[in-house]
Amino acid sequence: MNTPAAMLHPELLDPNDPHVIVRDGQRLDHAEAASKSLRARPEPQPRGAKVHGNRPIDQAEAAARFIDAPEHEKIHDERLWDLRQKRDREMHGIAEWEELRALASAIKEHTLTHLDQYLEQFEANARSNGIHVHWARDAAEHNQIVHGILTDHGAKSLIKSKSMLTEECGFRPYMASVGIEVIETDLGERIQQLDNEDPSHVVVPAVHKLRTDVAEVFAKTIGTDPANSDVHYLAEAQREATRPLILAADAGMTGCNFAVAETGSFVVCTNEGNADLSANVPKLHIASIGIEKIIPRLEHLAVFVRLLSRSALGSPVTQYTSHFRGPREGGEMHIVLVDNGRSERLGMAEFWTSLKCIRCGACMNTCPVYRRSGGLSYGATYSGPIGLIIDPTFNQRKYSNLPFASTLNGSCSNVCPVKINIHEQIYAWRRVLVERHETPFAKRVEMKAAGELLSRPAAYRTAIATADIALAHLPRWVIYNGLNAWGRNREAPHPPPQTFHAWHQANRGEKK
Amino acid sequence: MFDGSPPASLLAAFKESLHSMGGLFLDPPAAGDQLAPVRAKIAGAEVVCSTVPEIAGNRDIAAVNNPQDLADVDFAIVRASFGVAESGSVLLCDADLYVNAVAYLAQHLIVLLDPANIVVNLHHAYRRPEFRDRHYASFHTGPSATADIEGVLIHGAQGVRSLSVLPIARRSGSTAH
Repeated sequence: MNTPAAMLHPELLDPNDPHVIVRDGQRLDHAEAASKSLRARPEPQPRGAKVHGNRPIDQAEAAARFIDAPEHEKIHDERLWDLRQKRDREMHGIAEWEELRALASAIKEHTLTHLDQYLEQFEANARSNGIHVHWARDAAEHNQIVHGILTDHGAKSLIKSKSMLTEECGFRPYMASVGIEVIETDLGERIQQLDNEDPSHVVVPAVHKLRTDVAEVFAKTIGTDPANSDVHYLAEAQREATRPLILAADAGMTGCNFAVAETGSFVVCTNEGNADLSANVPKLHIASIGIEKIIPRLEHLAVFVRLLSRSALGSPVTQYTSHFRGPREGGEMHIVLVDNGRSERLGMAEFWTSLKCIRCGACMNTCPVYRRSGGLSYGATYSGPIGLIIDPTFNQRKYSNLPFASTLNGSCSNVCPVKINIHEQIYAWRRVLVERHETPFAKRVEMKAAGELLSRPAAYRTAIATADIALAHLPRWVIYNGLNAWGRNREAPHPPPQTFHAWHQANRGEKK
Repeated sequence: MFDGSPPASLLAAFKESLHSMGGLFLDPPAAGDQLAPVRAKIAGAEVVCSTVPEIAGNRDIAAVNNPQDLADVDFAIVRASFGVAESGSVLLCDADLYVNAVAYLAQHLIVLLDPANIVVNLHHAYRRPEFRDRHYASFHTGPSATADIEGVLIHGAQGVRSLSVLPIARRSGSTAH
């Protein structure tokens, strides 16, 4: 079961990890656990993109700072690549993997093209089960509705499980502004909340942090020993600190992974069981649900549940997969269905299929840019490949640089469980942004110059031949210097002895 | 339903999956008290809350009015509606739990699972009536876990520190659904 996966940075391997959990002679790596023990040296944590109002986020600048923190960069790269390889291991164990992907994609496309129908069916069934259903046009309305429900119940404290939708809605800052205490219960989200920093990944929110970073945060906020970065110590401290807050909370909030129209029920997947604590301890349970989460029938859940955790974590299923169909006896359940630009995106011919996304994060795990930049470099709720194609719909100007933070290698599309053609949409966004003059001046000048050269075959061939000769003969310092960004962390490929055109002329005759 | 080549033994497949997800499988003794492994586990515990007729605890779930009252429970013993061989999951619903929070506030969870109620995979699982009849139904696959800090695996992140499964048929005469 546990075939060792190849390492990108073998120097990170910690061969003497005393904390490995073993079962049947095998190291356990379920949930988001790494398949091998890693150890990085302490280093100050690089912070995310600089955000100045609506100005375009400079992802490259933030990425450069992340790369300049080599311990953070290497372990981030290694951990996420490990999740990618765990995903592949799971995939190889399921003969019907590609069939499941095709089914998942088809189910989502069908649902999205009949969304109004399924939403109404969902609402009718949820209501008949005793669930209160609210509709929020946008982030502000979502926050106001939730505030209203909490105020109606006199609730001053709220425990919640992870929900990217609530991040998108700026929920926590809003609640802070109206004096309601919100406590994140997911360990990664809680670390980020206590550190006043956004989550950096949709599934593992603190993946960009070293244990020493977490030790620093907890020492300042929950009173742990700043010199103790033992992970079990830190996790136990957070469990003990959070339990009383869970028991005392006035209300609980969860997100939703899937909402089933046929039964009016919704599904929440976690590894910690924190969604179940949030939903089952306080009397009031509020669930925030994006309208694209709907799937038609119960039987469809099998397809998505089998794909989700395998794609996200390389684990067959999350520790907890919970189905909510109605309130508990003596309890109350509310659902807030949120649009926030989704129906508008549904109307975009080239980009509507991005709504199929089940927030697994597989695209982030495989993306070489994301792995070496860190999720915070994107300055947006959604980072990595999926972020590149949905963020411009939230704010075209602010996120206009993001679609250029890609090598268009297509690995994201390859791993997406619902077959979103992510890399093609990234390219399509570039075209859209250039047409709308949302590209930086320097890039436009470079691209214009490149266009001049590439449209003249003779000039192009001369330039390439010259470059090859140059590469072969120039001293290293000319190529690898501060002005050549490409050369900063990459070796240029070896130049061939002749250009392809010259070889073709010599070997295949005069045909051009 | 993707059940073309099912495993030879659903129970054996379930056990293997459960172990790989951090759960513990309690092998029942060949003869004698079938519940002996559970009794051994709870022997030193202060507060045991049993929701099953097969074994008695010292905290009566029927008397619990507020979930918060279960915060001091060391061991909770519950009956699963069914299990899934593919993933090593057990399905716990509100009818099994009486107070849903007991499966999350207890420090350790012991689950009784009838081996005749193990389905091969999730496609079969979602045909079961619990998802249409119950207000709450949750697949538990091993204990609460996280690896949010540097990928280091932790059991007992927020919920139970351990989950053990004892294969034992439902006692006849007890509430079945």
